[in-house]
Amino acid sequence: MALAIDLSGTSAIVFGVANHRSIAWAIAQHLHGAGARLTITYQNERLAKNVLGLIAELDGARAVECDVLDTGSVEAAVEAASADVPLATAVHSVAFANREDLGGDFSATSIEGFRTALEVSAYSLLPVARAASAKMTDGGSILTLTFHAADKVYAGYNVMGVAKAALENEVKQLAAEYGRRGIRVNAISAGPLATLSARGISGFADMQAIHAERSPLGRNITQDEVGAAAAFLSSPLASGITGHVLYVDAGYNVMGV
Amino acid sequence: MATVLERVQKVVVDRLGAEESAVVPEATFTDDLSADSLDLVELIMAFEEEFTEGSEALKISDEDAEAIRTINDAVTFIKGKGYTD
Repeated sequence: MALAIDLSGTSAIVFGVANHRSIAWAIAQHLHGAGARLTITYQNERLAKNVLGLIAELDGARAVECDVLDTGSVEAAVEAASADVPLATAVHSVAFANREDLGGDFSATSIEGFRTALEVSAYSLLPVARAASAKMTDGGSILTLTFHAADKVYAGYNVMGVAKAALENEVKQLAAEYGRRGIRVNAISAGPLATLSARGISGFADMQAIHAERSPLGRNITQDEVGAAAAFLSSPLASGITGHVLYVDAGYNVMGV
Repeated sequence: MATVLERVQKVVVDRLGAEESAVVPEATFTDDLSADSLDLVELIMAFEEEFTEGSEALKISDEDAEAIRTINDAVTFIKGKGYTD
């Protein structure tokens, strides 16, 4: 038998789809393609139209509104996702910082801006993990999205670097906490992708150009490449992997000069 | 083949859900077409997608994007990048 990623008979929930360029959307499509019963969440009315238009393409997929900082809202979304098929996969692809905190001097970050970035981009993994793990009775996979700026300095990324560093630490702690229940927790560190969020980072275009020039593969990655890696990490093929940050970045992170 | 103006107008109608009759050359995105800041980012990215042909990618920098406030601004910018009717 050919080796295949098979998520049929399980359900998956993906938090953080904004539009067709979202990393979360590419992941959702791959999970659906692997046979998972898919639920995606959107943040508010503003994004509802985008998301409802997208899922019309995917058989049996549904969308629910969800505020990731509201535990009740996250629990309701997870409840909906796992209503008819057991939940095995949760994907957290949520981040936000105020525009004024994504450029200029990092030291100028306000306490409110710091809180906002850390709450939305790092803390929010916890309510998602709590609600999802409670439904993963037969093990499962929780996945989040991070960026190399958790480790290295990216001018303009500023307070989001702090948020991603916190997020990567959460992945390790959650992996330890849930491991004995067969629940794996991992992160994908994707190279820079032109998403709605990324366009808020000052100097984003330069970031992509430098990645394309210096990465071993000599190019930027695609949303689909993240989707494929996410499907793998969410599947039984990755049953031995937890607490890991998988770079999907055309190899950029290994380079010195 | 549609003109640059027609292609820009179509992107704006699709993206903002605006009435075609309102998407005139002098219309401003924020005041006349009620675009919010997120809409503006989406519009800029939609223009890039519309005018990317094969390996010829239209890139609109943050600075250039700031200066694009009307349909006409977008058309002028895009034509300035070598796209013709």
